[in-house]
Amino acid sequence: MPQIEFFGLSTCVHCKRAKEYLDKCGQKYNCTYVDMLAGEERTKAIAEVKKHNPSMSFPTIVIGDKVVVGFNEQELAEALKEP
Amino acid sequence: MTARELFDKLKPAQEKRGFFFNADESYTMPLLESLLVNKERYGYTSCPCRLASGVYELDRDIICPCVYAKPDIAEFGACFCGLYVSKNWNEGRPPRVTVPERRPAEKSLAALLGGQG
Repeated sequence: MPQIEFFGLSTCVHCKRAKEYLDKCGQKYNCTYVDMLAGEERTKAIAEVKKHNPSMSFPTIVIGDKVVVGFNEQELAEALKEP
Repeated sequence: MTARELFDKLKPAQEKRGFFFNADESYTMPLLESLLVNKERYGYTSCPCRLASGVYELDRDIICPCVYAKPDIAEFGACFCGLYVSKNWNEGRPPRVTVPERRPAEKSLAALLGGQG
């Protein structure tokens, strides 16, 4: 399973639920709360999110070459399945 | 102010405007708490599920209830973050879908690159 990059907001309930789902699945992931960043780090994270999700919404979950936007359990479960 | 106090304060006024709180309080209360966090951070209740720039003028359209709430509720039965919903939604009628981001991407980007950071 490729490294999972999780871009979210510490204030977003959908991000919270998506993380809870990944935790429930025992899935490891690298979580970045973009609203908690500042300066260069924040600008870099925004550019990274935009690369995967031009609408800049959260959560943006990058699983290898797949990107899941928002929290939809079915969609996330599908994306977690090995190719 | 607590999330519950904010709930009690907003409910009558917002219902008059046609905005109903999501009956699922496992959504509503964390979202109201987040609005209080953003009020503390930015000085205004920026949408909990959107990245604020921290500049009032650039974030005006996403101050809760955001300008996109009405069309989102009309189309999907819920606003982007799920705090406000239609009566039908609360009565379980429309199929529940993830509400897509209605805010134009260039507006989000202009706000983010022009704001805090």
